[in-house]
Amino acid sequence: MHRPGMISIWFFIGALLLIYGLLICGAGIYEAVTPPTAASIAEANLRWEGVRNLHAGIWWGGLLIILGAIYTIKFAPRKGN
Amino acid sequence: MLQASSRLLSLSSVDLAIIVLYFIAVLGIGFYLKRYTKTGEDFFLAGREMTAWVAGLSFLAANLGSLELMGWAGAAYQYGILAAHWYWVGAIPAMLLLATVMIPFYYISKTHSVPGYLKLRFGEPARALSAFSFGFMTVLMSGINMYAMAVVLQVVLGWDIYFSIWVSSITVAVYVGLGGLLSAIFNEVLQFVLIWLGALLVSIIGLVEAGGWNGMVARIHANYPGQNFTHLWSTMGSFKDNPMGIHWVAIVFGLGVFISMGYWTTDFLVVQRVIAAKDLRSAKLAPIIGSAFKMCVPFIVILPGLLGLAFLPKGFLVAENATSVLHPFKYDYVLPIMMARYFGPGLLGLGITALIAGFMSGMAGNVSAFSTVWTYDIYRAIFRKNAGDAHYVSVGRWCTILGVLVSIGTAYLVMSFKSIMDYVQALFSFFIAPLFGTVLLGMMWKRTTPAGGFWGLLAGTTSSIGMFLWVKHDPTALRYIALSPNAKDMAENMFRALWSGLICVTVTVVVSLLTKPKPESELTGLVYGCTPIPSEGDMPVYKRPIFWAGVVAAVFVAIQIIFW
Repeated sequence: MHRPGMISIWFFIGALLLIYGLLICGAGIYEAVTPPTAASIAEANLRWEGVRNLHAGIWWGGLLIILGAIYTIKFAPRKGN
Repeated sequence: MLQASSRLLSLSSVDLAIIVLYFIAVLGIGFYLKRYTKTGEDFFLAGREMTAWVAGLSFLAANLGSLELMGWAGAAYQYGILAAHWYWVGAIPAMLLLATVMIPFYYISKTHSVPGYLKLRFGEPARALSAFSFGFMTVLMSGINMYAMAVVLQVVLGWDIYFSIWVSSITVAVYVGLGGLLSAIFNEVLQFVLIWLGALLVSIIGLVEAGGWNGMVARIHANYPGQNFTHLWSTMGSFKDNPMGIHWVAIVFGLGVFISMGYWTTDFLVVQRVIAAKDLRSAKLAPIIGSAFKMCVPFIVILPGLLGLAFLPKGFLVAENATSVLHPFKYDYVLPIMMARYFGPGLLGLGITALIAGFMSGMAGNVSAFSTVWTYDIYRAIFRKNAGDAHYVSVGRWCTILGVLVSIGTAYLVMSFKSIMDYVQALFSFFIAPLFGTVLLGMMWKRTTPAGGFWGLLAGTTSSIGMFLWVKHDPTALRYIALSPNAKDMAENMFRALWSGLICVTVTVVVSLLTKPKPESELTGLVYGCTPIPSEGDMPVYKRPIFWAGVVAAVFVAIQIIFW
């Protein structure tokens, strides 16, 4: 889609991923430094014990930050674009 | 043993913030794009300015509804890797056929819709039959998707079912009503990215827990000795040897030829995204890009189902029609349940957003296609032929709201009469297989006449309905439809499509040979042999759609061999 003045969809996607990355990475760091909160029996039994050691929130959030930043910068609306 | 509760998970404030941000983003995009949606071409065909990538991702995202995501993950838990047939043999050849053979006729004829092509090729009766059946079934399917998602959110998160239905559908109505297909497509690309980023991590962490693919297969074999959930073709020689109770003939010819090609090449929900491309090369590349990603979708849909077989206690998930106080979770809940197993705060919000995005992309696809077909192929064709462009855009906006309201009504109806789900899904299949026969003959054979097209389509559809009613009335009739006493429900659907498609083709050919064909001058732009197709001869090989179609086909064959 190339219309004069129209912001690229990839910019919207990049911006959302960047914000999501910050939130998820932040939540992952918080989860890593604080003890787990009490969960319902079903939830506790369902979860895989080993998942806490993977720190998935931190690196997945980090990946979203990198992807989001690249797309936000590359497709940012500019004058004359 | 896991204890069952009426609500499996609770979301943290970060999760809720992620979900709320998603709703703000899709609505914001809708409001932003309204200023670019002024003409009918903008509203119904996104100005025909989409790049191949945007059209291709949107083409695939419109198909990734909630039934597609959660339903097929559930099917993988029930049937194992056989469910992947719906993503591979049941999609890739059809998408490549659309790209390499059929797109030029849709694109060069400048039709607004698939029923519009039928009008140009076969006349008004064929268009009317196709437009009414498509419009009616599209909004009903949208309502079923809505109900399916709301039930999962209710059971897994404890959300009120009415709240889920109204909030998500009003959001879709607002952004599609404001920006039409342009807004639907842009949001579908966003939703496609979110679906992948939200669901992919389940498979990655699951494979880490299992110690890789071989570790997962070993666990499944240990949990279900004597059953084969991990081979794609080797158990298809007999109905008795696989959990689906199906034969390879049904998968290859019923699913791979008639159902899949019927859906991917004639269902306007997906075709609309492709004919919105900016030029013929982009329109051809769009389904090829979509097919490359479609081949990967089992990684986020089928694999979580297999991981459920490996790690969830036996009997934790039960069939849709089973009722148990101890086990309230159905097969279709396996994807959110695996998210609950692996995701912490933040990631869980992203995972739930992926499910909601899947639902909304499917619904927006249905509603935008409904709005176009209703406005151009029913309202303009029957009620008001010569109104101005602005009038039709206004009708399109109102149709969007009407489509959403009918979808909500269907969801309420399904809540009261759950068996409607089976009927509506069967109804949808009644039209798909015969329509493929009609459109393909119309595009490829000059001799096909308007009467042949109409009567072939009608005969194929009514024979499909007849076979469905026969088995409903007398379940033992399944042995005749599917050619085996060991066949199960899934085999019936495939064989019914096969027979109805063949009946459609036979009747079309016979009636065409008995009636007068259109002169060739009226077939220009519509039929092979009468349509000049722009040459790609001056283009480097690596830029030609046919080259990339070949690459996708080669990878597809390799995957079949690897998982044989």
